[in-house]
Amino acid sequence: MKHALAIFKKQLKDTTKNKAVLIQFIMFPIMTLIMNNAIQISGMPDNFFVLLFAAMYIGMAPLTAISAIIAEEKEQNTLRVLLMSNVRPAAYFAGIGSYVWIICLLGSAVICFAGTYTPKERLFFMLTMSTGILVSLLLGAAIGAFSKTQMMATSLTVPIMIFFSFLPMISLFNDTVAKVAKYTYSEQIRLTLSKIGDPHVSGESFCIIAANMLLFAGLFAFACKESFSADT
Amino acid sequence: MMNDTIITEEITHRFGEHTVLDHLSLKVQEGEVFGLLGPSGAGKTTLIKILTGQLAQTNGSARLLGTDTRKLGRAEHDQIGAMMDNFGLYERLSVSDNLAFYAEIYHVPHRAISGMTADILKNMGLYEARKTAVSRLSKGMKNRLCLARALMNHAKVLFLDEPTSGLDPATTRQIHDVLRKQKAKGTTIFLTTHNMFEAESLCDHVGLLSGGHLIEYGKPDEICRKYNHLNKIQITLKNSETISLSNDQSAVAPLAAYLEKEEISAIHSTEPTLESVFIELTGKGLD
Repeated sequence: MKHALAIFKKQLKDTTKNKAVLIQFIMFPIMTLIMNNAIQISGMPDNFFVLLFAAMYIGMAPLTAISAIIAEEKEQNTLRVLLMSNVRPAAYFAGIGSYVWIICLLGSAVICFAGTYTPKERLFFMLTMSTGILVSLLLGAAIGAFSKTQMMATSLTVPIMIFFSFLPMISLFNDTVAKVAKYTYSEQIRLTLSKIGDPHVSGESFCIIAANMLLFAGLFAFACKESFSADT
Repeated sequence: MMNDTIITEEITHRFGEHTVLDHLSLKVQEGEVFGLLGPSGAGKTTLIKILTGQLAQTNGSARLLGTDTRKLGRAEHDQIGAMMDNFGLYERLSVSDNLAFYAEIYHVPHRAISGMTADILKNMGLYEARKTAVSRLSKGMKNRLCLARALMNHAKVLFLDEPTSGLDPATTRQIHDVLRKQKAKGTTIFLTTHNMFEAESLCDHVGLLSGGHLIEYGKPDEICRKYNHLNKIQITLKNSETISLSNDQSAVAPLAAYLEKEEISAIHSTEPTLESVFIELTGKGLD
């Protein structure tokens, strides 16, 4: 726990000096505020930009941030030094993961408060976002653990990030894409958020998000086993 | 009686078809400075990685502080400090932030962290640069910071991979002074180097590594004497002329004559250096 807390604090200091990671956390919340206030089209659904950017934020910010952080630590050998200093991989991932999770929750709060929701709806919004961020973190951590360099992590993250963050938007305009997109957690997060206020929460969404989470947890476990074996 | 802190028996390590270490056996006693000399690619870093549990050897056994290096746990890691060939520092953080972070990792009480990091930075001559981002440090300063980090947990065993490689003489001397202080405290130091002067001045024992084989082992001066085939003394006269004499009875008369005329500027024995021993044994240099 102490190691995880130390890593959390270190990452907080580091990110304030790392514009590449910092911008991923604040770009979508700021865009939501601007677009939500600047563009008003008649017939546009309520909270249109909030829902759109919330789903994109989930598919992009946690994924790219955590994969970049882990890959950089591997490339710079700081992760090896940490592990030699008695830091367990679980403590390392807890420190880094909780940091990205909390920062992304703060970004989600900005997006949430840009929308028009009741306090109860805001709570539901944040709970849904926190689940989506967690799924993204597992996928991003798997990519980071699997990658030996930042270049490799970027090459893997960009197409995956584009897939998960843009699919919910494209599915709004294309039914065929929507049929595929429904099996992704980011689309299900968007659908769940769009049903805020509806008392009949879809069990299908819950199952798909849980299945995505299990799949990425398995990938993460495999990547860790490969990455932290003695001969790498 | 001194205990053996490090013992390797018949260690072999292969990367695919390439054998990096070949049946290597050595012992390092508690409190001594051991230097592993060899050119780049000789297997020095691989051996450090095996001894610190970062790499599992293909065959043979290695023990550190009595524990199989493949089973090193928290207790052993708490007693190891390592400075590897690549720095592993957080480049965007400042010098003191890097050390403070590791102080937390080593469970230094929060109120003691700033005092402890300040003391270590002063010892290393880095205190003035404490607020500088690591990315802006010179290679020598990064080396000293890595050494400072390795010393933070008061390790019983220090592993230093090329600690002075590419450094200027002043920085090298500073690092040597720190290592001598650590030796005086009873720390066992295992260092790799291809600098023969470092090995001769710092190490109690050295091993010469070539092609994964330990080709010679012993005290530096004993190794040099062992390969002193020429057994000559060299006299430099005040007129800069150099004369070589056999180191036996036949030198007495000419030496006495030069002494009587007060012509001698310097007398040296001509035992080989570790580098010349290495060249004699392998046909290659240490660089």
